Amino acid sequence: VSSKTFRPDVDAPEWKGGHSPYDIIKEGTIALVVVGLLTIILATLFGSPDDHEITIKNWANAAPTDFAMTAINEMNGTTTTAGYGAPYNTASDGQKLGPLTLAKWAGVRIPINTENDFVIRPLESLPYNAQLSSALSTWKAASPSQQTTWVNNYTTAAAKMTFTNGEVMVSTTNSGPVPVFINDLTSMARSGALDTALVQGGNFFSMDYTKPLLFLSDGGYLAQLAQKQHLLGSQWGMMNETNSYPGQAWLWLYTFWYQVSPFSSSANADVQVWGMMMLLSVILLFVPLIPGLRAIPRKVKIYRLIWREHYRN
Amino acid sequence: VSTSIDQQWTTRLRRRVAGKLPPEKLLPDTQPAYVSSWIYVFGVTTMSALAVVIGSGLLLSLRGPQWWHESSIGHFVNSLHLWSVEIFFFAMVVHLWGKFFMGAWRGGRTATWMTGVVTFLASIATAFTGYASQSNFDSQWITTQAKDGINSTGAGAFFNVLNLGQMLMWHIVLLPLAAVVLTALHVLLVRIKGVVPPYEDKVGEAQ
Repeated sequence: VSSKTFRPDVDAPEWKGGHSPYDIIKEGTIALVVVGLLTIILATLFGSPDDHEITIKNWANAAPTDFAMTAINEMNGTTTTAGYGAPYNTASDGQKLGPLTLAKWAGVRIPINTENDFVIRPLESLPYNAQLSSALSTWKAASPSQQTTWVNNYTTAAAKMTFTNGEVMVSTTNSGPVPVFINDLTSMARSGALDTALVQGGNFFSMDYTKPLLFLSDGGYLAQLAQKQHLLGSQWGMMNETNSYPGQAWLWLYTFWYQVSPFSSSANADVQVWGMMMLLSVILLFVPLIPGLRAIPRKVKIYRLIWREHYRN
Repeated sequence: VSTSIDQQWTTRLRRRVAGKLPPEKLLPDTQPAYVSSWIYVFGVTTMSALAVVIGSGLLLSLRGPQWWHESSIGHFVNSLHLWSVEIFFFAMVVHLWGKFFMGAWRGGRTATWMTGVVTFLASIATAFTGYASQSNFDSQWITTQAKDGINSTGAGAFFNVLNLGQMLMWHIVLLPLAAVVLTALHVLLVRIKGVVPPYEDKVGEAQ
């Protein structure tokens, strides 16, 4: 490169100085041994966290009214999942990045009807029970508007819901079969049968926990436990771990945006933060090609510290 | 005179590889005198931590995904996996900033920088799918939170973080493969292009 066209942030001077001995294999071996030992020491001293998972059975036993309220909300369409939009349903357009409705464009690829998938179908999987069987028949024979009226009447009365002697108690009239559904689903959940019904969906094998996880996260119990473990989004949760272990600390910048305005109060925070992080990632990727940005290291001169021996000579 | 052997794809590929990366470049026994700083340690530390991450991951895979919940040995192997990941990211981030402040893309090293950045991003995705595959309270919470971010981009329609099987497969097959291939490419580019020389003194001081 001639001195006329030499661009200091793009070109590198040709090295005409000396060389020193370098044993790359020895260096790699020493590094591997040191990192291996350090890993063993840290693992021995600190271990790793493994807080047991929460089942729907745990939830319905620890907080039966939270479970039962979530169940009726799955029916009346007011839970997060019920109103989510894509990829689960068409209840809303989902989040928007300016005019872009990215989730909606990708479509409903994991269809979930919370009323049917979380309440009616699991109840249908239960062993024969005359009262429930009759309630399910009544439900199926009713018009959609009749079903909505029953659900809404129950929802209004459910504000005073109690759980007594293993029964969900709601003082309601004209709710049709809904009280039976909510009570039986709560009993089913407390027995552990709902966990299985939601995971398997009629199959013997399953590794897909989409439905039970969505149902669980629609209630208040999971978030209540997460708050105790400082895992909420407002607690920088994405980079935290249970207990005091280091988590995904490298997500600090991603987590940071959720803490500050306008993202902290935006209804479209997720897509905005993702958009921001994608933009920053692309900028990082193209640093060598962006004038100004690529000049920063030359101007801040930290390189003089890194190569201090070279410049001393 | 070019013979038919010279025209063979194999011959041409071998000559090209040998020309770009002769053995003395692939496995050098000397280095330029300016390579003298603690910052150079973090590249090889990242590679070593990656090796320990993969090694501990292979051990975890021997007895299946439930093993580490049920056995103290399995739990210890999980601890090795966790801490090697923490070392891996620490070393990689220091390496990244060190290379930034050296302007390490100079002298035709743009592809080296870019493969490094993509490796960093692929590593974040790999680690995330690992957290999603823990099958404990932490993974329940992380996945139910993270789904909103990924769904909002439209990617959630195809990459379902609540599907344990999908996350585990991405974590133990697809993403590690990507991370290892990218790392290999990155290291080969470093060997082909060599370590970036210092800024010219007069340039540095004149600005």
